Amino acid sequence: MKALVCVKRVIDYNVKIRVKADKTGVETENVKMSMNPFDEIAVEEAVKMKEKGILNEIVVLSIGSESSGETIRSGLAMGGDRGILVKTTNDLEPLNVAKVISKIVEKENPEIIIMGKQAIDDDSNQTGQMLAQICKLPQATFASKVEKNGERFEVTREIDGGLETISVELPCIITTDLRLNEPRYASLPNIMKAKQKKIEQIDVGSFGLNLENRLEIIEVNDPPERKPGIMVQDVEELIGKLKSEAKVLS
Amino acid sequence: MKILVIAEHDNKKIKPSTLCTISAGLKINENIEMLIFSDGSQDIVSDAQKISGLKKVTLIKHEIFKSQIAEDITKALTGFLESGEYTHILAPSTTFGKNLLPRISAHLDVQQISDIMNVLDHETFERPIYAGNAVCKLKSKDKIKVITVRGTCFEPCKKESENTVEVIDSSLTFDGKVNFVKHELSESDRPELTAAKIVISGGRGMQNGDNFKLLEGIADKLGAAIGASRAAVDAGFVPNDWQVGQTGKIVAPDLYIAVGISGAIQHIAGIKDSKFIVAINKDEEAPIFKFSDYGLVGDLFEVLPALEQKL
Repeated sequence: MKALVCVKRVIDYNVKIRVKADKTGVETENVKMSMNPFDEIAVEEAVKMKEKGILNEIVVLSIGSESSGETIRSGLAMGGDRGILVKTTNDLEPLNVAKVISKIVEKENPEIIIMGKQAIDDDSNQTGQMLAQICKLPQATFASKVEKNGERFEVTREIDGGLETISVELPCIITTDLRLNEPRYASLPNIMKAKQKKIEQIDVGSFGLNLENRLEIIEVNDPPERKPGIMVQDVEELIGKLKSEAKVLS
Repeated sequence: MKILVIAEHDNKKIKPSTLCTISAGLKINENIEMLIFSDGSQDIVSDAQKISGLKKVTLIKHEIFKSQIAEDITKALTGFLESGEYTHILAPSTTFGKNLLPRISAHLDVQQISDIMNVLDHETFERPIYAGNAVCKLKSKDKIKVITVRGTCFEPCKKESENTVEVIDSSLTFDGKVNFVKHELSESDRPELTAAKIVISGGRGMQNGDNFKLLEGIADKLGAAIGASRAAVDAGFVPNDWQVGQTGKIVAPDLYIAVGISGAIQHIAGIKDSKFIVAINKDEEAPIFKFSDYGLVGDLFEVLPALEQKL
């Protein structure tokens, strides 16, 4: 069984985000980039499945510039077998990303397509579901547990108010939530080995898709700032302030 | 313009996040309808009848909608949309809406706008990016706008109406590629985290799950929901769905009380739209104090019982 794992290169989650002075976006120059943490969880899950003998091949896919190749390489160091880089210099919106991935799905015919539930840059939480619709495949989103059960997968999903378990037919799309697993660190020998693994490069133009953006970004701003607060000495003073100043207690 | 709101419910009531979604829709245009997928339980019908601001309420009835599987709803909804000429399709930005709406968006070949915080006009919206560390103002060029709405940014609409609910019996068949197995929902009489007016959360400083009982007494007195930081969840003190923050629930109550929470960026991202934030922490250097309106340095094991007693 083959898995296609989709990974996105994003600003590292530890970096403090700075909005550009001209309000066109956020500062990405000289900023540390990493694999989207939710996608790292997706790679880890695929590697675990391979270790359990459920999978025999893991293909790591990314869409972006040459540097997204490094993100694929970290997926290969974690245990991916080979990579595909779809090259584009444009920032594709989720619908277009899903269309591009659907072309790779057609070509590779994976039984499992797994990716993060969202990327921590634009926080859209769309690509997996859109891909599922385009490929007419079932989806199991926000997965916190994935188990093979006969010919199907039983997936526990994190939903508001608790957990939901569904059973999905293969091929299927799984999007990962935070508590599915803890991604491993790639060992030095595996990082060295990953350098020998193959990454196929495909130009995005070769698919003949219309990938024009549908959303026009007017401006990107800092969030409204909070006014500095005060320190209170004890519980009485706190309750007093909440009643008289904030008026949130009666 | 014609707006369709997809309702989220628990087979008993329409969820508050849907009421906030209707308010967001009303900011776009008053020509607004609501669509419910349900097995037809009378509770849902009665509840939907009361919701204010709607021009029309339709319920698509099928046994299968007892569990709200995205594939099943998509099949019925895409059929329904063919007759509707809707310009905007809205759903709450909850796990229900997030799971469903991108499928509809892909079906219509439009780019969804996730998690809007503000409506500027019928095609211009604001949404958070980078976990709320930046706000993006954007304009959609698509013919149909598919939108999920951040509930905490809009007041819930009232429930003072007497709507007629048009029930359509669905005769669709479903392919069973996805089957519902089970729900494990946390039982609680307290309000839901994302809908509560007051939230009290505990962090690693609570030391263990038992100590969260100290928050319960206060929550009961205030009618508050109880949350937790990711550190407390990861340490196994409390269940996952209590987590407040970037990767958990985004809350915006009138009053947020953070107890024994240091204030990691990812937690702040989930609470910073709260009207008032109170921080209780024994470490006066804790970053949470930079974000709080009222800070109290002290041992939570002394502060909490005192607070409960004096409320």
